[in-house]
Amino acid sequence: MTAPAALLPRTAEDLAETAEALAETARRVREHVVDMCAGPEGGHLGGAFSSTEILTALYFAVLNVDPAAPDDPDRDRFVLSKGHAAVGLYAVLAERGFLPTAELAGYGRPGTRLMGHPVRAVPGVEMPTGSLGHGLALACGFALGQRLDRRPARSFVLMGDGELQEGSVWEAAIAAASLRLDNLVAVIDRNGLQLTGPTDGKAPMEQLAERWRSFGWAVRETDGHDLAALVEHLSAAPWEPGRPGLLICRTVKGRGVPFLEGRPAAHYVTLSARNHARARAALRTPARRPA
Amino acid sequence: MSWSALATPPPQETLLAAPAPPEATRTAYRDRLLELLPTDPRLICLDTDTGLFGPDQTAAAGAQYLDLGIAEHNLMGIAAGLAASGRMPFVNTMAAFAATRALEAVKIDVAYNALPVRIMATHGGLAAGHLGPTHQALEDLAVMRALPGMTVVVPADAAQAAAFVDRSLDLPGPLYVRLGRKPTPALPPGTPPPALGRAQTLRRGRDAVLAACGPYPVQACLAAAEELAGEGVECTVLNLHTLRPFDTAALVEAADHSGLVVTVEEHWRSGGLGGAVAEALAEAAPARVLRIGMPDTFVDTVGGHEHLLAHYGITPARVADTVRRALGLAPGATTD
Repeated sequence: MTAPAALLPRTAEDLAETAEALAETARRVREHVVDMCAGPEGGHLGGAFSSTEILTALYFAVLNVDPAAPDDPDRDRFVLSKGHAAVGLYAVLAERGFLPTAELAGYGRPGTRLMGHPVRAVPGVEMPTGSLGHGLALACGFALGQRLDRRPARSFVLMGDGELQEGSVWEAAIAAASLRLDNLVAVIDRNGLQLTGPTDGKAPMEQLAERWRSFGWAVRETDGHDLAALVEHLSAAPWEPGRPGLLICRTVKGRGVPFLEGRPAAHYVTLSARNHARARAALRTPARRPA
Repeated sequence: MSWSALATPPPQETLLAAPAPPEATRTAYRDRLLELLPTDPRLICLDTDTGLFGPDQTAAAGAQYLDLGIAEHNLMGIAAGLAASGRMPFVNTMAAFAATRALEAVKIDVAYNALPVRIMATHGGLAAGHLGPTHQALEDLAVMRALPGMTVVVPADAAQAAAFVDRSLDLPGPLYVRLGRKPTPALPPGTPPPALGRAQTLRRGRDAVLAACGPYPVQACLAAAEELAGEGVECTVLNLHTLRPFDTAALVEAADHSGLVVTVEEHWRSGGLGGAVAEALAEAAPARVLRIGMPDTFVDTVGGHEHLLAHYGITPARVADTVRRALGLAPGATTD
């Protein structure tokens, strides 16, 4: 399924069908990630799985991007601000045709281009990321460029919730609202966990939506594993004229592999052969509905 | 040009002609950019509440001027996004904030992507004067020239600041330009326009090389060379306005001849011009390098720009005395 967003069906019934097809794509994405995390270096499985549906919805139903013309000036832009979810992005880009699926086997291995954080050498990666708190300003720059050039395109950025502890995020949040960048959509992967434990244990994040609204953003919240809802919200942006959009996605770290779900230890894993097989088996069982 | 020609100083009347009046490098840059904005749709000026641009000027610039507020990391990120979209952003902040507060965004978002962002950094060196160490930038050259692909320039006067704005339009990668605050002296009349990456020889002599960057250090070298010439000591004066890429060839040629290089800069003695000169000569042409710059301390006294330069020894007298001592001459002695 590679149709551009504009051609995709948007009725409730069609959205359900779309979501079903996307779910199969998301399942394959997770398989790729599991395989990469069984490699010599391991990978950031937890945050890749909490954002798998978000990335899948973006690349298969929302973003106007074309692997055959990756530099098309009218394309939508995407920045993975939570760059440690690189394994998830690589898997999605491979499924979407930006790079050969076989290349994923080289992840983390010497001499390949698939580094632990995204680099421009990988087709489809707009910006190298990894140090947190950079993506929102970069996406602001893209959105501003699109507006100045009068291009009918949008810019998207995916941030982690732990990343919101970086002050630069809030600098950019102020700027985006001040510039009235309604062609900008930020997505927060609100899985509630960072490397060493709950995000709220480091920096309380109550009233997250209210905070962003008070900064001048249009804010929506959704289940970040509900593909139909993700497609519906992300496709419909801008939601309010003159306001950048923020989609807060409630997610589960490590989603899809029961022995990793919701555990801080899922943040970075190197899967043993046994756990690789367990994870693969878990992905073959039918997906459960979100709690 | 053969090196033997260096024994002959340029005609003195050239150096003694009335120089242009002092002008701030930052206002010269501003005025040139404002002239260029309507001629080149790539150009966009991003500001951070610096006050360098007046209301009439920003209004005239229209969508090509944006004040993003006091948020320098964000400034660099937005500039990178714009540059990746085909624009050429001129970003405005103080050198202290560009080189330290926003450094990670400069490193990753700008330099790593080799994007044509022009970082126009005011209040370089000791130019912030009485505003104190938070606003003085004495590490920026070390930091910026460490970044791969970053072109680093220190105009020596207002005309050079404007000239480098023009030169930058053909530069594909990132650029850091260190500017001042208040008006500073102009280079001698007849000084040719600068070229990016090419050292300027302002005076020729075979006894020592005085290498400097920035308005007051270059002036200090010219004045010291004049004083030493009266004692029979002839110095080459190099304006090493581009620290990266570094004109090693010009430096090595000059240093090979005299064997003595004195560097002068408004920067901590580590990592800046003196560091660049020492690195280049250690690899290419052994010569004694003596570095004049800010001693290993934060400014601990109140004073304007020139007061601080005098206080910390970035002066013609210190330059001349350093040469005399290195050559084994008593102050006031001659080579004859």
